[in-house]
Amino acid sequence: MTTVPASWYAFLGVLLFTIGALGVLVRRNLIIMFMAIELMLNAVNLVFVAFARQQQTMDGQVMVFFVMTVAAAEAAVGLAIILAVFRNRETVNADEVNLLRW
Amino acid sequence: MHEIQAAVVAEHVGFLWWIPALPAIGVLFHIFLGRRVRETVVSVIAPAVVGLSFILASVAFCRIWSGPPGLVLQQTLWSWLPVGSLNVAFALQVDALTAVMILVVTGVGFLIHLYSVGYMHGDPGYARYFAYLNLFTVAMLLLVMADNLLLMFVGWEGVGLCSYLLIGFWYDKDANASAGKKAFIVNRVGDAAFLVGIFLLFWHLGPGAHSLSFTEIAERARHVSPAVLTAVTLLLFIGATGKSAQLPLYVWLPDAMAGPTPVSALIHAATMVTAGVYMIARLHSVYELAPVSLEVVAIVGALTAVFAATIGLVQTDIKKVLAYSTISQLGYMFLAVGVGAFAAGIFHLVTHAFFKALLFLGSGSVIHALNGEQDIRKMGGLRHHLPITYRTFLVGTLAIAGVPGFAGFFSKDMILARAFAHAPILWGLALVGAGLTAFYMLRLFSLVFLGECRADARTKAHLHESPSTMTVPLVILAVLAVVGGYVGLPEFLAWGNRFGAFLAPVVGNGEHAQHHPQLTLELALIGASILAVLTGMGLAYRFYVQAPEIPERLARRWRGAYRLLWNKYYVDELYDAAIVRPVTQLAHFLWRQFDLAVVDGAVNGAGEAVQETGRWLRRWQTGNVQHYALSLLLGTLALLAYFLGRG
Repeated sequence: MTTVPASWYAFLGVLLFTIGALGVLVRRNLIIMFMAIELMLNAVNLVFVAFARQQQTMDGQVMVFFVMTVAAAEAAVGLAIILAVFRNRETVNADEVNLLRW
Repeated sequence: MHEIQAAVVAEHVGFLWWIPALPAIGVLFHIFLGRRVRETVVSVIAPAVVGLSFILASVAFCRIWSGPPGLVLQQTLWSWLPVGSLNVAFALQVDALTAVMILVVTGVGFLIHLYSVGYMHGDPGYARYFAYLNLFTVAMLLLVMADNLLLMFVGWEGVGLCSYLLIGFWYDKDANASAGKKAFIVNRVGDAAFLVGIFLLFWHLGPGAHSLSFTEIAERARHVSPAVLTAVTLLLFIGATGKSAQLPLYVWLPDAMAGPTPVSALIHAATMVTAGVYMIARLHSVYELAPVSLEVVAIVGALTAVFAATIGLVQTDIKKVLAYSTISQLGYMFLAVGVGAFAAGIFHLVTHAFFKALLFLGSGSVIHALNGEQDIRKMGGLRHHLPITYRTFLVGTLAIAGVPGFAGFFSKDMILARAFAHAPILWGLALVGAGLTAFYMLRLFSLVFLGECRADARTKAHLHESPSTMTVPLVILAVLAVVGGYVGLPEFLAWGNRFGAFLAPVVGNGEHAQHHPQLTLELALIGASILAVLTGMGLAYRFYVQAPEIPERLARRWRGAYRLLWNKYYVDELYDAAIVRPVTQLAHFLWRQFDLAVVDGAVNGAGEAVQETGRWLRRWQTGNVQHYALSLLLGTLALLAYFLGRG
C-alpha cells in the first residue's frame, strides 16, 4: 500500500496556514479573523501529526493535544471578548475597534 | 619669656557655666515670651540677667585676684566632639585675661542694656532687640571663656551673627539691611581664613590625642615648624582683621553704624571688635614663635591707626567719626600685641571699652535729643540743653584724646613706649595717630556741643536731656573712663603697672622685663605724646571754635587731599570695582551660561528627548489589529529567516 508522503501533508499545512494568516490580515470581520486563526492552529496540528507519524514518535501527537486544549480555551475567551465588543460597540469590524490608537 | 610665666594652677569650679547661661535664659525668655509680656518685664529681665552674670564674673575675678599667680578656674561641661583621637570638650576656663574680658563684657554690657531700656523705649521690636543683645552677650562670653580653639570659634561666629542681626535690626530700611549683609560678608572673608588657620594648626599639631585646648596648643606649638606657625598665625590674623576691622577688611565697620546706637557702643566699639586682640593675646605663645606674623600684626595695626584717623578728620556723621576712631584705636591695640606688649593691648582694650562706649552712648543721647539727626554740621551749642551728656562726652573726649590723667593717656602711652622700644618708625606712626585722634575728637566735640545751635527751629524746640536710664550709664562710664587708667600707671609712678602684673602670669611681661626703658627716655616719650595731643587739640579748637572759616579755606586749598579723605580713600569704590562687581558678573555669567544653559538644559533636555521619542514611537500604535498582526507575522518571518539562515 502506498502511503501519502509527509511532504504532501507539509505543503497542505503551509497552504492552510497561509490562508489563515492572510485571512487574519485582510478580513475585517472579527469572527472571520477568529476562524482564520483557528485555521492556522489546525494547519500546525496537521503538520504535527504528519511528522509524528513519519517519525514514529508520540511527541507531535501530544503537542497537538496541547494545541487543541489551548485552542478550546482561546475560543471560549476570544468569543467572549468578541461578544463583549459587540455589546458595547454594536460592531465586529476590526477597523472600528481602535480606541487605543494614538 | 616662658620662664617668667608662673606655673598654671588649675581649680575646678562649678559656677562658671552660669556666666554665659544667665543671658542665654534671657534669650529664651525674650524669644518665647517677650511679645506676650509688657515692655517693663523685658526691661527688667534683659539687664538683670547680664547684671547677675556680672556679679558672678566679679566673683571669678576676685578668686583669681586673691589666688596664687597663674590660677585658672576651669569647668568641663561635657565632651563635645569625640572623633577618633580628637576629643574637644565643651569646657570653660577663666584666667586673668579672661577675667578682665568677662568683667568688661558683662559690666559694660550691663550698662548698655540699661541704656537700651531708655533708648529703645516704644520700639515695636523691643523684645527682639533684647533677645539679640542677650544672645550677643552669650556668644561673647563663650568666645572669651572657651578653653579650646573650636569653642572660641563658636563664640567668634556667634558674635558675628548677632552683629549682623543687630546692624540690620531696622531691616525695613534697605540701607540697614545692606549694611548688615556687608558686615556679614566681609566677616566671612576673614572667618574663612580663620577656619583654614585652625585646620592647618590641627593638622600640624602632631600625632596623639588632641583636645585643641589653649594649653595643649601652647605646648605642642613649640614642636611645629616656624613656617607652618607663621602661616597659621597669619591666617588667624586675617580672621582678626575681619572681626576687628583692620586694614584691609575694615570697610564694614563704618556701615555698621546703621544699627541702633547702643549696639554700636557694645558690639562695634567695646566688645566684639576687640575679639581679634583677645584672640592674639590668648594665642600669644603661638604668635611669639612666629615673629614675622607679629611684625605684620604691628605694622597693620600702626597703619590702620593712622589711616582710619585721617578719614575720621573730615567725616560729618557723628557715629561715622566714632566708627573710624574705633578702627584707629583697634589699630593701637594690634600695634601693642604686635610688638609683644600683650598686656598693654588688653589694657587699651579695657580703657577703650570704657571711653568709646561712653562716647557712643553720648552720641546716642545727642541723636535721641535731636530726633534722629546724625549730621554734626546741624548740631552745635548742645552744652546748655544736654548738660549731663555734655559733661560725660567731654570726659570721653579727653580720655580718648589721651589727655594726662584720663584712662586713654595711660594705656596709649604704654603702647607708645613699647612701640618705640620695638621700632621707632611704629612709634612715629602711632604718635601721628595720637595727634590726629586728639584733633578729630575735639573737632567732633566742638561741632556738637560748643558754638551756636545750627539745628532747625522744630528740632530745637524738642531738645531735651535723655531719661535717667540713659544718663546713669553715661555717668558710670565717665567715672570709669577716668579711674580705669589708674590700674596701669607707668612703672615709675606710685603703684606702677598693676594691670600688667595681674596679666603677667597669662601673657607674660613681654620684652618689658628684659630691657626696661630708662626713666629719661620714658619721660621724653610721654612728653612727646602730650605735645602731639595738645597740638591736635589746639588746632581743632582754633579751627572749629575760634576761626571756623579756616577749615573751609584749607579744604579749598587742598581740594584733592580733602576729596580723597571725604571719599574715604575710595576704598569702597575700589573694592566694588575690583572684587564685588567681578564676582557679581561671574555669578551672573555662571547663572546664564552654566545654570540656565548646562544644568537646566540637561534636565529639560532629558525630558524633551523622552517626549520626542515617545511622539515618534506612538505612530506604531495604529490601533488597527491587522497592523499588529502583520508586524507579528513579519517579525516571526524575520526570526525564522535569521535562524534558518544561520543554519
